[in-house]
Amino acid sequence: MARYPKPAAGSWTEHYPQLGTGPVSYEDSISPEWYQQEREAIFKRAWLQVGRVEQIPRTGRYFTKDISAANTSIIVVRDGDDVRAFHNVCRHRGNKLVWQDFPNEDTSGTVRQFTCKYHGWRYGLDGSCVFAQQEGEFFNLDKADYGLVPVHCDVFAGFIFVNFSEQPAQSLREFLGPMLLGVEDYPFGQMTDRYAFRVECRSNWKVFSDAFMEFYHAPVVHVGQHLSPLRAAITQMGYEAPHYQVEGAHGLVTTAGSLHRVWDMPKENVKPADLATRSGLFGPWDKSDLGELPPGINPGKVDPWGLSSFQFFPNFAILIWEAGWYNTHQFWPTSHNTLLFEGNVYSLPAKSASERVGREMAAVSFKEYSLQDANTLEATQLGLESGVIDQFPLNDQEVLVRNFHKATADWVHEYEHELAKA
Amino acid sequence: MALLPSEFANLEPFATRWSLATERERWEERVSSSIDDMQALYDAIIPEVGEAIAYCDKFPLDEMPDDAVNLLRLIYSFVMVSFAVELWRQQCPPDTLGTQFERISEPLP
Ligand code: FES
Ligand SMILES: [Fe+2]
Repeated sequence: MARYPKPAAGSWTEHYPQLGTGPVSYEDSISPEWYQQEREAIFKRAWLQVGRVEQIPRTGRYFTKDISAANTSIIVVRDGDDVRAFHNVCRHRGNKLVWQDFPNEDTSGTVRQFTCKYHGWRYGLDGSCVFAQQEGEFFNLDKADYGLVPVHCDVFAGFIFVNFSEQPAQSLREFLGPMLLGVEDYPFGQMTDRYAFRVECRSNWKVFSDAFMEFYHAPVVHVGQHLSPLRAAITQMGYEAPHYQVEGAHGLVTTAGSLHRVWDMPKENVKPADLATRSGLFGPWDKSDLGELPPGINPGKVDPWGLSSFQFFPNFAILIWEAGWYNTHQFWPTSHNTLLFEGNVYSLPAKSASERVGREMAAVSFKEYSLQDANTLEATQLGLESGVIDQFPLNDQEVLVRNFHKATADWVHEYEHELAKA
Repeated sequence: MALLPSEFANLEPFATRWSLATERERWEERVSSSIDDMQALYDAIIPEVGEAIAYCDKFPLDEMPDDAVNLLRLIYSFVMVSFAVELWRQQCPPDTLGTQFERISEPLP
């Protein structure tokens, strides 16, 4: 018996008939050739989230970001009210322009101009070439022709997005669509206490993302996060979401608040350290006052509401929690079977040590379960790569996984189609 | 010289080892410590953690005296080892030895 009503079509999956209900191939997660197609069709054409405006609060503040899937590094820089992005490549002889100590690592800082470490050419914050060393030695060199190569860049709700196509087919807002635009008025900009994490894993970027699009695995992989007397009952109960939403390539899953309200549970069911810190797996118990939240945070009108996890195609997610904090996940492929996973936990600046302790407990919990996910997903990759099985059944709680793999395939096929036409 | 406020003198024996500034250090201490050592830290702190947090709460976060900062770091280590003690009965969550999850930035203290 379903705990929550399903759509009239009988299931969330059938509510979106384009998805089908059949078994799904994971060839898309083990094929090096397919990954090359994804790079061209998706990572060089979709809007990609690369950071937050708070990382570059003042003119001249910048960060670099290596985006292996698009085969480039970019510089993202603040210039007054503008946020600009450029390929991180010197126009003189191709040196990587901005780096520190390790050419292949990201960096950040403040500059008035960018100076190349090789022969000293300089570029303004708008990318224009302002100085060429021994300019007179060149032949008809017009510096105006040698500005940094710009990358399309736009900001949504303080999140900086870039797009590597020559001319993006859609504006950022068109690309995001109404469901994701619905989070716009959430006070992300005030939530500057940030715990940032990263890990490089041996798994396909989609295989890894899958586990962050469904909670079907949570009562199994993560059951150990609860005290042992509860574990059997939690696994037995399984997981159901009261609301799923698919909008093109993007997705949303909402979880019921009743699952998260640890503070309402009998004390003997709660970890002593959680009681001591008033915090845990679902964040600090004492709700941060964020004022009224925009209705777009909970479009399924789930009551009591616990969490909404917004999946931004292709590789970014924002999870907004009832207790007044949010976290992000990002999945950057580095080859067909490796990725860089970046996780961030954000809250309002702590006003006291007790608030800090609560955030610390939440951040440590985040690490404990991310470790469980990361190691499991390496195991999944190994299983898939054996090639023994090529069709896998997906259930209704995995509807976003189904949509995600379909969306990546659609993007690849549409791009092929475009190329064939041209 | 005492690292902790005198009210928490009984926790002093733990401070040199566990009053660590960053999660990276606390995690490394956890994975290289025995369960018995972590249990000892946990058992010492849990009866007083409320008072310890209340003590730190007397100061604005950016103006905490050194001994209060050390106490706060010790509470962070309590949080760090609590998972090993309360849930896993080993250093890391089961089946996670093949991976890492590095914290690369955090608010301080
Ligand atoms: S490559 Fe940059 S100045 Fe020569
Ligand atoms: Fe998980």
